[in-house]
Amino acid sequence: MTPLPAAFATTAMIASVVVTATAGDILTASAMRQIGDLDRIRARSGILGAAGAVLSNTRFGIGVVCLALSFFSLLFAFSHRDLSLIGPAATSLTFVTNALAAKIFLKENVDRRRWAAAIFVCVGVALLAF
Amino acid sequence: MTFRRYLVLAAVTLTSSCGDTFLARGMKSLGPVSLAHPAALIHAVFAPWVAAGIVLLIGFFASYLTALSWADLTYVLPASSLGYVIMTVLARFWLHEHVHPLRWLGVLFITAGVGFVTRGPSFTDHGTSVEERELEEVLQ
Repeated sequence: MTPLPAAFATTAMIASVVVTATAGDILTASAMRQIGDLDRIRARSGILGAAGAVLSNTRFGIGVVCLALSFFSLLFAFSHRDLSLIGPAATSLTFVTNALAAKIFLKENVDRRRWAAAIFVCVGVALLAF
Repeated sequence: MTFRRYLVLAAVTLTSSCGDTFLARGMKSLGPVSLAHPAALIHAVFAPWVAAGIVLLIGFFASYLTALSWADLTYVLPASSLGYVIMTVLARFWLHEHVHPLRWLGVLFITAGVGFVTRGPSFTDHGTSVEERELEEVLQ
């Protein structure tokens, strides 16, 4: 059995990856909602105009910083724990936390169908560890 | 959802799975990289498979952002998770890795999840309905 401090450290590492990844995904999604349909922007101002609209958005910048933090937390976790534990645990939990955060912060309509999809994908990704 | 938008979701799925597989293929051919020699990582970036993987992952981020500009996060994430299925198939038949039966069960779960979400609406109505948005698009 894993000693308590080691189990706590593993949980903290997975939690830091999940929290930063969820914050990054929510902020990025919120930024894209704020910017509007990229296809239309590209049709109007070209690909450089679309890139400019995305890169000049503060929320998008903070989202990317969160995603970068998540990536480095993942690398840190990989250097201390097995890839087969951290990878699937962090990725699968992120599907569920994203659904919860999208409902709360983005006011998305997360109905039973979407909950089922998030849970099925979460279980599926966890099974990919074998 | 228009056919073009399904194509964008397909691009999200294909670029992420192929990008990751190309990176794995490239790094396997280069052998283990020690943190004591970080220059080896810079060298790795220019290896053909790794470079192709990076280009595909840039394509993934661009198509992912495009999808998020007209669909909900809770739609795009499960819908694009089909990439894990493609990655498992590529690992088995291209990289000739052993795939445990439980991983195939995982593939089934993911496919079911994707089936659930793609049968529902892609966007939460925050004032304008999806039909109105699509009609507006057709008129433009």
